[in-house]
Amino acid sequence: MPPVAESSLGVKADFPIFSRRFDGRELIYLDSAATSQKPAVVIEALAEHLRGHNANVHRGVYALAREADAAYDEARRRVASFTNATGGETIFTKNVTEAINLVAYSWGRAHVGKGDAVLITQMEHHANIVPWQVLCRERGAQLRYLEVDERGELSLEALDQELARGDVRLVAFTHVSNVLGTINPVAEISARARAAGAVSLIDGAQAVPHMPVDVDAIGADFYAWTGHKALGPTGVGVLHGRREILEGMEPFLTGGDMIASVDFYSATWNALPAKFEAGTPMVAEAVALGAAVDYLSGLGMERVRAHERELTAYMLERLAQVPGLRSVGPLDADSRGGLVSFTVEGIHPHDVAELVDRGGVCIRAGHHCAQPLMRCLGVGATARASVGVYSEASDIDALIDALLAGREVFGL
Amino acid sequence: MDDLYRDYILDHYKRPRNFGSLEPHDLEGLEHNPLCGDELGVHIRVKDERIEDLRFHGFGCAISQASASIASEELKGMSLREVAELGADWMIDLLGIPVSATRRKCALLNLKVVRGAVSGDDAWPS
Ligand SMILES: Cc1ncc(COP(=O)(O)O)c(C=O)c1O
Repeated sequence: MPPVAESSLGVKADFPIFSRRFDGRELIYLDSAATSQKPAVVIEALAEHLRGHNANVHRGVYALAREADAAYDEARRRVASFTNATGGETIFTKNVTEAINLVAYSWGRAHVGKGDAVLITQMEHHANIVPWQVLCRERGAQLRYLEVDERGELSLEALDQELARGDVRLVAFTHVSNVLGTINPVAEISARARAAGAVSLIDGAQAVPHMPVDVDAIGADFYAWTGHKALGPTGVGVLHGRREILEGMEPFLTGGDMIASVDFYSATWNALPAKFEAGTPMVAEAVALGAAVDYLSGLGMERVRAHERELTAYMLERLAQVPGLRSVGPLDADSRGGLVSFTVEGIHPHDVAELVDRGGVCIRAGHHCAQPLMRCLGVGATARASVGVYSEASDIDALIDALLAGREVFGL
Repeated sequence: MDDLYRDYILDHYKRPRNFGSLEPHDLEGLEHNPLCGDELGVHIRVKDERIEDLRFHGFGCAISQASASIASEELKGMSLREVAELGADWMIDLLGIPVSATRRKCALLNLKVVRGAVSGDDAWPS
């Protein structure tokens, strides 16, 4: 952690949406864990590609098509180097959900069978649960969960015990929990999985936009994330994968672009990464994601993390002053990403979100696509406030004011 | 005064009428709000093809709990046929507050569960 933390990066003006007014009020956006807002450079990169460089990729010989090809390749290079994933292959997908499904289908169906187990954790998003449920049901394998302890953390001893059973083929886990905020020891977990002969997959959706992530150093076999939470547009996600494993896998989706040649009754597969990118890819979105990671690199991910850590500490402190409020997850900001889920005694989370909206504050309420975790926490739903690079301490102040006003509406 | 959280809404939320269980009962139902995982169930006692008594149970937001509480008072005595034909407007009008598109399911959950219990039709009321 750098010595000087900053509670504002002073970049709100880079994000055009913050010039909007809602009933005359500024936008107080504390829902970045659901999706991030976009800086002008990303919006411009998307428009500029469509405006001046649009052609289909991989097929044209003319100058414009070569430009589109080059832009797409360059986007992949930037995205891979942003998370230092240059040791492996980088595949563009629709989102992290599709990236995980790609692995569950293509790798899972070839390597997981009867008597095998897939190990996930109780703090996963549905995107990292349901594909494994379906795989295990289909293949007669067992789905097992690593427990989340009362601090909201995973236990490496429990992981070792699970791996020692000898049947775990794959360990899939989140880098940062979208409900608890917990930052998991991903390099440790990956190393232990590898030592036990299991393949590892990390859901980095809540990590990549908020902290330095070094995919090669973490050492997982697969690392997936989603562009729209990382200042990029919707429609583009990323799967970093170990080359030897991807080489041995059958394709996920089939059709154009992913083939080497097609006969009447058979086909051969293109080389990586094209083998896993069937059909015309999301070229403009990938280009814009390239601009997004450049923007983040320009800010410096160490600074982004320090800023969000500071805001999270402030948020935890201020929330604790609201009567009847209970937050979930680790207590110190060092062990968590930039989001806090909470409940308020006497007010349902949906009503909490509705009430703070009256103060122009956007937060999310519900199960956050993590119903098994909600069950563990013994709550049906929580409210969740989350920050991004553009967030400032004054946003948190507005949230607190709105929460206190909301309690009054409810006569509390 | 708040548009949505009127005094009578909060009153029904904090002191819901006809909540608990009803034993024995003739009909029952249980539904979830897909938005948030909230749960609402109902026990219904039937006499002469009418709802003689009913109790809701479960947990949810002020809108869903108040809707169930307010509806429960109207549903008592209604014929099963009438209940099966109740539409979304009935509930929204009864509630008397502007319900946004995102909160519509909160308001209609009780009608969905009651209609499901009475007629087996568990579609969202329209
Ligand atoms: C931890 C985590 N995993 C997966 C997802 C799913 O992302 P997407 O909908 O972009 O595939 C999300 C966000 O919704 C998330 O927070």
